[in-house]
Amino acid sequence: MKEHKECRYLLDSLSDYIDGTLSSELCDEIERHMTNCEDCRIVVDSIRKTIYLYHETAVPQKVPDDVRARLYQRLDLEEFLEN
Amino acid sequence: MSNDKKLTHDFSLDLLRAGDKAEFARLVEAYSGVIYRLAVKMLDNPQDAEDVLQETFIKAYKALPNFDGRSSPSTWLYRIATNEALMVLRKREQPFVSIDEPLETTGIEQEPLQITDWCCLPEDELMSTEAQAFMNEAVEELPPNLRVVFLLRDIEGLSTRETAEVLDLSETAVKTRLSRARLRLREVLTGYHGERVAERRMVAGGEV
Repeated sequence: MKEHKECRYLLDSLSDYIDGTLSSELCDEIERHMTNCEDCRIVVDSIRKTIYLYHETAVPQKVPDDVRARLYQRLDLEEFLEN
Repeated sequence: MSNDKKLTHDFSLDLLRAGDKAEFARLVEAYSGVIYRLAVKMLDNPQDAEDVLQETFIKAYKALPNFDGRSSPSTWLYRIATNEALMVLRKREQPFVSIDEPLETTGIEQEPLQITDWCCLPEDELMSTEAQAFMNEAVEELPPNLRVVFLLRDIEGLSTRETAEVLDLSETAVKTRLSRARLRLREVLTGYHGERVAERRMVAGGEV
């Protein structure tokens, strides 16, 4: 990452590249760059993996029963609590 | 909580606007889980998260007669909830620290410092209880304006446009903040998992 000026230049675009929202010209440029720059390849892979890990471990959180009961009480919806 | 964004258009706006309690209860049931999760991750404090959850639906109920339906109910609720959560954070912050500082104008991304390929580690290690606790801490340490964008985009799965709408930001600002949040989290996770990679190399006899 240190030796290549291009790395810094491409850094701002990596997130869009990963999301697939980058123009095809810039995508090509990044891919070309990565074939010669192992550091950038690692950075891209590890950003992808970071997103993947957060996504995979974000289990839907059930509202705890007591929190839910207080919410329904506060909203005057207790009659719907059992639904 | 078993419901998700697919339910977005299944509510009767007319009934909601008219103050129909059964319909409002369906809305609460559908979205209380995601709103609570967002609040817990934003605030890292169960009591504050519960307060935000309650305030979100109280404000929603009061505002429903004027809800024009241009946003989906979920975007609208996320908007109320993030405003509430950011308000709690503002009260916690030192008065001279602005969490609304427009970071996107302050130059380019910080350069990645840690270059270790840790993607090869086994998934059960990457997702161990300890690793997940570390991941949660890393999110909590993000500045609030990056954290909220990361949570909405990469945890709640909102699009860039929806996130921009929720936070009243431009799409460019959302993208910039998301990029910064991801790079920071990558950096922190690389520090954490990189140690495991180094340990494995030592065990394997110093091979690279």
